[in-house]
Formats: sequence, structure tokens, C-alpha cells
Amino acid sequence: MTRPPDGPSPLLLDMRDIQKRFAGIPALADASLCVRSGEVHALIGQNGAGKSTLIKVLTGYHRKDAGQVLFEGEPFEVHSPHQAQVNGISTIYQEINLVPLRSVTENICLGREQRRYGLLDWNAMHAEAERLLSRFAIGIDVRRPLGEFNTATQQMVAIARAIGFSARLVIMDEPTSSLDEREVGVLFSVIHQLKAEGVSVIFVSHKLDELYEVCDQVTIMRDGRTVRTAAMKEIGKLELVAAMLGRDVAAVEGHATAFGERDRSRIADVMFSARGLGAGQAVRNVSFDLRRGEIAGFAGLLGAGRTETARLVFGADRPSSGQMTMEGAAYHPDRPADAIAAGMGFCTEDRKGEGIVPEMTVAENLTLALLPKISRNGVLDDSRQREIVERFIRELGIKCSGPNQKVRELSGGNQQKVLLARWLAMNPKLLILDEPTRGIDVGAKGEIQRLIRRLADQGLGVLMISSELEEVIEGADRIFVLRDGVSVTELEAEAANEEKVLTAMAHGTSASSGATT
Amino acid sequence: MTELPRSYAERDAVARSFDLFGFLSRYGTLIALVLLVAFNLAFTRNFATMQTLNVNLTQVCTIVIVAVGMTLVIATGGIDLSVGSLMAISGALAPMIFMGKILPIGSIHLAVAAAMTVSVSVAGLLGLFNGWLVARFRIQPIVATLVLFIAGRGIAQVMTNGNLQTFRVPEFQWIGLARPLDIPTQVIIMAVIVAAAAWALKRTLFGRRILAVGGNEKASELAGIAVSKVKIAVYGISGLCAGLAGLIVIAINSSSDANLVGLGMELDAIAAVAVGGTLLSGGKATIVGSLLGALTIQLVRYTLLANGVPDAAALVVKAGIIALAVWLQQQHRG
Repeated sequence: MTRPPDGPSPLLLDMRDIQKRFAGIPALADASLCVRSGEVHALIGQNGAGKSTLIKVLTGYHRKDAGQVLFEGEPFEVHSPHQAQVNGISTIYQEINLVPLRSVTENICLGREQRRYGLLDWNAMHAEAERLLSRFAIGIDVRRPLGEFNTATQQMVAIARAIGFSARLVIMDEPTSSLDEREVGVLFSVIHQLKAEGVSVIFVSHKLDELYEVCDQVTIMRDGRTVRTAAMKEIGKLELVAAMLGRDVAAVEGHATAFGERDRSRIADVMFSARGLGAGQAVRNVSFDLRRGEIAGFAGLLGAGRTETARLVFGADRPSSGQMTMEGAAYHPDRPADAIAAGMGFCTEDRKGEGIVPEMTVAENLTLALLPKISRNGVLDDSRQREIVERFIRELGIKCSGPNQKVRELSGGNQQKVLLARWLAMNPKLLILDEPTRGIDVGAKGEIQRLIRRLADQGLGVLMISSELEEVIEGADRIFVLRDGVSVTELEAEAANEEKVLTAMAHGTSASSGATT
Repeated sequence: MTELPRSYAERDAVARSFDLFGFLSRYGTLIALVLLVAFNLAFTRNFATMQTLNVNLTQVCTIVIVAVGMTLVIATGGIDLSVGSLMAISGALAPMIFMGKILPIGSIHLAVAAAMTVSVSVAGLLGLFNGWLVARFRIQPIVATLVLFIAGRGIAQVMTNGNLQTFRVPEFQWIGLARPLDIPTQVIIMAVIVAAAAWALKRTLFGRRILAVGGNEKASELAGIAVSKVKIAVYGISGLCAGLAGLIVIAINSSSDANLVGLGMELDAIAAVAVGGTLLSGGKATIVGSLLGALTIQLVRYTLLANGVPDAAALVVKAGIIALAVWLQQQHRG
């Protein structure tokens, strides 16, 4: 990594060679982060890159295993976020944690009330609240209930409260993900205000445009390491994305996945199509088609709206706009059961949170969606269940002591196979796979990729979301790039390469392909 | 690949041999029960008699019946505080019907049949209401069922004007007093309910769905399970069980006092479920465990009383047992 030369403003924070392991697994291998006074510093990286861990080491939530942290030139070691705040490092979270019915003053002074003769000193507290808000150019009557003011103002009050008087470094962890455009504008004006006062900001976000709008410097992390530090205006979007994903823009590698070559002649007619799907801020305008026997890949950065789109297709969330058709008929699922009835399956990216039922056995997990089909008059048909479960354990090579082993005892790859089997047992027409190979070992990864290909060869339509570029490029027959909730580019497999996909992820357009309708 | 299953199994076996807490959380209740029986056989006079058995079974019946419904609710990750109040409502409603206070019914058999059906159904409907609050409005179960916990007993008192209803109606009271084959009727009812629920939880679509919802609600929803329906159904069943238990209580007492019927039952039932080894966070449940849990608590109390320990002290011991059971569960999980 390159360390910026000492310029006019001194280093406020200097974190070097930070290491942190969880249960022996390194989360931070060699992470560094240097922030100057009055600087807005972007911290970016893919899921699991170590951004959050680094922040948590800084704020005392985690204890580092090795490395040094200097804050204002002094060694800095705190044991709780509260202690960090007392020492000048504040963190702002996404949600507003305020009490709308109480006055602005009460909200600001909550937990640090001033007393006089044992009673609350309201005059002093009102004065303090006013003084604090004036820092952010907010002139409101602090005696009135907070709930009377608009959301943007409430947001400002929340930020003011978090920052207080003593903060010299403010950490904003994905502060804009739940805000609308106006609120984002408010936040940015706060950031400018802080900067003007010489307060530094660490800004964690996945929205590239925002980074360029508000940040001075950027630190890029990957696999627990700091891979690049640069001035925002000196690094292009494409370079930024490439560094996050660990790609050399120019280099073209051999095959890194196990998908192999596909005979695409068997890809048939369009089975599913979505036009102009939207839901809240996460999905704004997504259109795509999926053909029988085709693997369609969704590429995009974290927060581009890929998972959210998949959930709309599967009926787990409801779209606020757009149309979908399945096999030529209008399709608007109210719940996952509707999608399942239409012949869909969905392997979630959050295997533990939304996929497996940990206390249940392999057999019980595998047949979860299949239950109505293996029961007669509400009574489970054990022999039929056993037959199906044993068949899939065999066919997918699920490594377990038997159908009755608890699924939580299995490795990640085998849990993923159980979830795949849960849907394959339903004999679906369309399978949505969200990060199908994330967090599983290389061997199982190859097996799953070969399986996906085989299924597509048999006529299954697969919608595959993956943050691994080579998985999408080598595995998919057609690639849709999503960016900030919009499907910006559609690429045929033959025409796709890393540069085009990266360019689309970074800029929203790809030079040589037509955008989706 | 042929190697791996064996090594998994081996690792399993090794893990099991060292997992004392796992063993205790699985068989602890049964062991405690056996130890208690052994202790009583040695030290308590006149323990090995049919009378002792009947006294204990009779006293524990209503707790077990309510605990069965409670087990299903807890299996989904919920809890039902309203069961005691639903017992009071059912117990207040039934005598009003068979004593002809609402409308005169000529045949006493018809009147009793109507009384039983209506009062148990009302309790079941109120249970569905609990489930509706939990599923439709996503109110925390402890709060949602608190509504009827408080209001239910009030409703029962208003229905009866706060009066004690006394009766002597053998056509009704067989449910708590008759002894076909020398076994108390309520013991038979309990056995049937326990067997049916244990079977349903293990062998039916519904049982599997209950455990899936409690084990991982989001995963269940994504697998197409109608989570709301499952939740509403278990609260409904809990209501039915409470309604039936209410009838048995008033039949034994030959009277119905809305202030007293089912008082504190929710806690007894939850205690039985917890001691029995059902995971209070949901997803893992055992009906037979709840039966054993209720029997253990009952037998501890009986043992202490029979050996001259006052009831107040027995309560402390009961609390200790519950704490121990929950602690064991936590050790096993962690």
C-alpha cells in the first residue's frame, strides 16, 4: 500500500498492520488506515473484506491481536464504543434512536443530564443543546418535542447528539443506506460542516457516486488487508472496483471455475421476465429475461439490489412498481408459497439466517419445501421421505453421517447442498441461487458449479447472483449488471469479459453492449 | 468420500461420550423422576400404593393437558400466558349452560354435551385470537397473550357476577370423578392427549411445520410454509387444552370460582415444559418431556409434603428445579 506523504494537515489516526483472528480464522491480516485531520476518508471493500472488523477494533468493540493504533500521535486503546466516544471517536448508526415525544434538549442530553443542587438544570441543558445544534447550523426551538420537526431535522439532531462536542473523528458506517435523497443531502451538509471544523470522517459506503461526491481519500480493503490508499480524485471508478474485487483490469485469466464449456444451443424460449421492477431505495428499475435452460448471472457491487430483486421475484418482498411474467402469464406473488407454486426455488445467500433450520436433521431440512408432497392426509410418509432424502444425499454427494444428522453439524458446503436439494426435490423450473458458493470450501464449490451447469443442461432456468466475478463470467450464459438498484447492462456470455462487467459496475454503462430495455 | 461419513460418525460418537450436559438435558428429567420414585420407595411410607399414584396423577392431569398445548406454542418460539384465564372462562361458562342459566335445555345429557362443546370451543376461539394477535400484528407473544391473561379472568367474573357456582351433576362430573377400569377419567384424557400430540409432533405435516417455524421462521417462510397459519393454530390448540382443563377442575371441585380456576396455571405449565427439555426459544420440543416435567415437579412437591416439609419451602425447591433445567439447556446449547 502507499502511505500519503505528510502534507499540511497532520495525521489524526494511524492504524498500522492490524491483525485480528476469530477462532483462528484471520479477519484482519494486515490492515492499515491513516486519516488526516479534517479529511473525509472512504473505507470500502466487498463483504468480508474486514471493514467492519477494522472499525470495531478502532472503537474498542474487538481487541486487536497485533498492530498499533495511534490517535493524535498517542497510542490509542479503548475497550468499549462508549470509551472511544469519550476519547473523541464517535460512531453514527443507520437508525435514529431518539424519543420523538420528548423535547429536542432531552433527546440531546439523554444520558448526560446536568444537575444543580441535585435537580436537573434545564436552563443549562437548553443552552448546551442550542450550542451543539448551532455547530450544524440548525436553529430550532430546543424546548419543543422532537417529533414536531421533519425527518431531515430529526436526522440532524441524531447526528449532532452522536457527535457531541468532543468528537475529532466520526465514523459513519453505511449511513445512507436507509435514507432518501433529501436526507442524504442533509447528511452531506453535516459532513461538510464537520470538515470545516477540522473533524475527520470515516465514511463506509458501497455507493460509488457518493464516495466521489463527499470523500477526499479512499482506503480499499480486501481479504482482511488494505490493498490501496489513494486520493479520491486520482482513482477512477473502474480502478476502484477492480481493486475491491482484486482484479487486474487488463489481465485475462484462464478458467477459475468448474462450470466448463456449455452447449448453449439448448437454451430455449423466455420463461420469466421482469420489467421495471422497483421497491424502495434498494431496487429502482430492474428488467431482465430468463430462458429455459439458461444460467442468467446477476453481477453488481454490494448494495446494487441483486438480492432484493431476487426476493421480489420469489415473493419474499413485494415490488412497488414493475411487472413480471412467468411462462407467458402475469405473475405477482404475494408470498414465497406463490412462487413455489409457479415452479420456483430460492437458495438464499444467508444460509444460517434464512436457509437451514439448525436444530433439524438433514432429512427434515431437505424436505422442508416438499412436505405437502410427502404426506398423505397430513401424515408424513416416512418411507417416501427416506427414499427422496437418500437419493439426494447420494446424487449431490452430501457428506453426513446419515439423514438423521443435525444439519448444523455439517460443513457449509454440505449445508448448501442440502438447501439445493430442498429445491431440486421440488422439481422446479426456475431456481434462484444467491451466492451459491459463498463461504464453502474449494472442493464443494466446484461440485456445486458443475451441478448448476448440469441442471441448466436439463432445462432448468437458473438465476445466479454472485459477487465472484469469474463465477458470473464463466458460469452465466447471460449477465445482467446491476448498479444502485438499476439493471444497467445486459451482456451475452460470448461478449462478456471482466473489463466490460467491471466497467458496467463502476460506471453503469458498458461500451460494447446494448442496455436493457 | 466413503471415508467421510465414517469419520463424521466417529467424531459424533466422541463428541457424545464427552457431552455430559447434552446427556443430562436429554435424559435429566427422566433420571430425576426415577431418583425421586426410588427415594420415595425407600423413605416415604405408603408410597407404593394405587392411592398415591392416583392422587399424584389426578393432581397433575390438568397441568399436563395445558402443558401439551403450551409445548406446541413454545415449539414455535411463542408462549401463552392466557391459559389460566381461559380455564376460568371455560369453567364459568360450562355450569351456566348445563344448569340452564343461559337457556333451559330439557335433557341434562344434551345440556352437558352443549356445555362441554361450547365452553371448550370458546376457549379455543380465544386461543385463535391470541394467535391472530401474534401472527397478524407481530406482537410479542408474551404481550399478546397478556391481554387475555388479564382480561380473561375479568370476563369470567363478569359472566358469573363474581359468584361461586356450585353444582352436583354426575352427568357432567364424570370428567373429573369417574373411574372406568379403576383409572380416573382425566388420567385417560391426559394420556390420550399426550399420545396424540406426541404423535402429531413427530409424524405429521403440521408437527413438522411447528418445529420448522420455531427453528427458523424466515427459512420456513421461504420454504413456502404459511407461518401465520401455523402460529394461529398452535394458540388455538393451546386454548382448547386450557378449556378442557378448566372443565376437569370444576368437575373435581363440584364448583366453579372464576377467581380461582386455573390460577397460576400458565406458570405451572411453562415450568413443566421447561423442565421437560423443550427449547424455550423454539424449534425443539418434546411432549413426553413435558409430561415427565410435570410429573417431576408434582412428585417433588409430594415428596416434600409427605416428609413434613411445608408447602412454602416446596415452592422454593420447585423454582430451583426449573432454574437447573433451564441452565442445563443453556450449557448444552453453548
